Amino acid sequence: MTEESAAEKVVTVAPGTAPRSRRWVGVATTLIALVLAFLVGAVVMVVSDPNVVSKFAYFFSRPGDALGAAWDKVVLAFGALIRGSLGSWGAVTETTAQATPLICAGLGVGLAFRAGLFNIGGQGQAIWGAIVGAWIGFSLTGVPMALHIPLALICAIAFGAAWGGIAGFLKARTGAHEVISTIMLNHIAGGLLGYFLITPLFQMPGRTDPISPQVEWTAVLPRLAGTRLHVGFLLALLAAFAVWWLLERTTLGFQIRAVGHNPHAAETAGMSVGRVTIVAMSLAGGLAGLAGAQMVLAPTLLTSYPPQLSSGIVGGVGFDAITVALLGRSRPLGIVGAGLLFGAMKAGGLTMSAEAQTPSELTALIQALIVLFVAAPKFVTWLVPALRDRRSARPASAPKSKKEVSA
Amino acid sequence: MTATQTGSLGTDNVAAVEAGQDRVQRLSTGGLLLVVGLLLVWAVFSSDGVARIALSDAFDAVQLPVIPLPGTVTVAICAVLVLAAAVAFLANRGAGRVRRILGILAGVAVVLGFVTWVAAGSTLPFTLTNQLRGTLAVATPLVLGALCGVFSERAGVVNVAIEGQFLTAAFAAGITASLTKSLLAGLFAGVLAGVAMAAVLALFSLKYLMDHVILGVVINLLASGLTGFLFKQLVSSDVGRYNAVPIMPRIAIPLLDRIPFLGPILFNQTALAYIAILAVPVSWFLLFKTKWGLRVRSVGEHPHAADTVGINVVWTKSASVLLGGVMAGLGGAYFTIGSTGAFRPDLTVGNGFIALAALIMGRWHPVLAALMALFFGFVTQLGQTLNPLGSPIDSTFLLMLPYVATIIAVAGLVGRVRGPAADGQPFIKSS
Repeated sequence: MTEESAAEKVVTVAPGTAPRSRRWVGVATTLIALVLAFLVGAVVMVVSDPNVVSKFAYFFSRPGDALGAAWDKVVLAFGALIRGSLGSWGAVTETTAQATPLICAGLGVGLAFRAGLFNIGGQGQAIWGAIVGAWIGFSLTGVPMALHIPLALICAIAFGAAWGGIAGFLKARTGAHEVISTIMLNHIAGGLLGYFLITPLFQMPGRTDPISPQVEWTAVLPRLAGTRLHVGFLLALLAAFAVWWLLERTTLGFQIRAVGHNPHAAETAGMSVGRVTIVAMSLAGGLAGLAGAQMVLAPTLLTSYPPQLSSGIVGGVGFDAITVALLGRSRPLGIVGAGLLFGAMKAGGLTMSAEAQTPSELTALIQALIVLFVAAPKFVTWLVPALRDRRSARPASAPKSKKEVSA
Repeated sequence: MTATQTGSLGTDNVAAVEAGQDRVQRLSTGGLLLVVGLLLVWAVFSSDGVARIALSDAFDAVQLPVIPLPGTVTVAICAVLVLAAAVAFLANRGAGRVRRILGILAGVAVVLGFVTWVAAGSTLPFTLTNQLRGTLAVATPLVLGALCGVFSERAGVVNVAIEGQFLTAAFAAGITASLTKSLLAGLFAGVLAGVAMAAVLALFSLKYLMDHVILGVVINLLASGLTGFLFKQLVSSDVGRYNAVPIMPRIAIPLLDRIPFLGPILFNQTALAYIAILAVPVSWFLLFKTKWGLRVRSVGEHPHAADTVGINVVWTKSASVLLGGVMAGLGGAYFTIGSTGAFRPDLTVGNGFIALAALIMGRWHPVLAALMALFFGFVTQLGQTLNPLGSPIDSTFLLMLPYVATIIAVAGLVGRVRGPAADGQPFIKSS
């Protein structure tokens, strides 16, 4: 039952359905949520910095010291965050590079959301994409680039789709809740990656640590020379368009949305909810698999080769993808925007940890806060009463008592 | 889904639907047993030698004999048992009760056959006491986490955030214990952190009507980001000060710990394990034998009816979620002060979700959920106990056992279960 209500909520918070007069409120709510998240992040940053905290010890004798130090810290860290993401052409392309897997995996999570499924398994699906993409990348030699890259990407998508399909199959056939099964599949995929990396099939010859050989140059995604803008970003945008097309212009997309809205009605209308569940989870897995492949095939700035496959290769992309999909409200265009925002924060986070000695984990915290505030518009409107709907045009049971208005 | 889930109502129509589901469950259980049975048949040929099962370890007060089991014969018997059960399930033979007993026997046979297969080639014995004592220790956070879920979901608030509650509690307990050198202070801080995260869950789900599952996942991300950031920023700056975490000693209960076999397992544990054991009957009593428990269950099943008879729905739900936070806080404290000491980012590695699986498999009942948590603890510990025996399979796969077991359990053995009727639904007071 929980999964249905989750899906319905995701659908109902989507804009589009709101009347035009209310739309600016939605935009303002999102903006305030962003500001709020950065504010809370700044507070956490300041209170956990020993240097700044030590100045607060004598706050009442010289408040200027403490406030100045806190302000300096925030300016330094957030300044670095902006410089690292937008400050130069190189920084901007770093943002697009970081956003690429986020958009793809986010599309996967968003697509599953639209079918009423909460896909937390982006992580495991991306790990499979990375494993297979890297393996084809380094084990095949002498293949032309025009064949090598598509082959690596398609196989990565296929394995990601299969891994996602397992959760869909279990859900459709046995009713196993996808939140639990995908989390467990994540851990299994992570364990398998660690295991593969110490087998001769994957381990770099002559190394004892779990790391794979360098991929062949024919499998490296082409990029704009001297930047990090690579073909993968274009693929991500294409994928976003394809997902939009699928959802809005095809029968399957209609079925996915119908099942997401109300599985009983969809079943009654003759759709196979089980089939749609399996297909949606496979598609979601395929998109996450693509994200994983991009992480092992996209060139880094200095070496112009991708990073070698290692146990932490995909980072937390599966979980970041959830925040991307939630912020993007499961709409492809929104996901591209959210992916770019979080990609910028990732890119800036690297600069921030280098220049301001502020761990990049702060961006993960801010991301979670953004989604928390965006997904709870009632909290933001409670905080900023100006956004409250005074004409009580709510569709649910007409509110009359005082309690109702505050709820 | 409600129509198919309330099969116990007994109308003909619903019963027919229920039978169809039973069939799927029966066939998938049978298929699973068949696969495992065939694997055991294969294992028969690679398990020559004698597996030795030790009933006590070197430190126990009462030394018990080591039981030798001939590898080939034992595994063969186990394989036959499992295959027989598989056939019974697939062919739909035997009454329900007989089949259930056969299923349990087959489960035991799977474990025994697997252990024998691994231990047969080893020079070291498989120490059963270690396994069971470890089970209780590993299951401690799982039991407490499952109880957290019971309190939360019985009141109608879906709790996917157990993992995040664990993580923050582990962090708070570790850092406090390290700073104060007091385990009690650490435990208290852990509980506070668990309650704080529960308060976020209650506030945003009950007051701001956020979707519970999304909220839970966001809380997990929040906990991961917050503890990860503080770990890098604060803890790493002075590890000796912030991350020198004292560990709870095992407390032997006088006399009881001298009972052969059971003594070292049950009565030589950390304080947290005793708390977990005691928390199960206490939770059951609270939920099923007190007025408060009745209210909690009523707001989880039908909040509007509860509202009509004058129960403050939001407060009752909040109280139950916060009490769940206490449980999760205790469970989270296990990961630092209860076991390994130092905090690492994301050290709870999915245990919160395994607790959630135990909750669902235990059908939202405190005692059943705790038993399921013990099952998951057993599987996790099995990987640990078998690892040093030099097993024929890679240790990676042994470490994956709990995750695989969770999937099989959620998918194959449980099937569709019915939670509290209004679980996850927002409550808007009607006027």
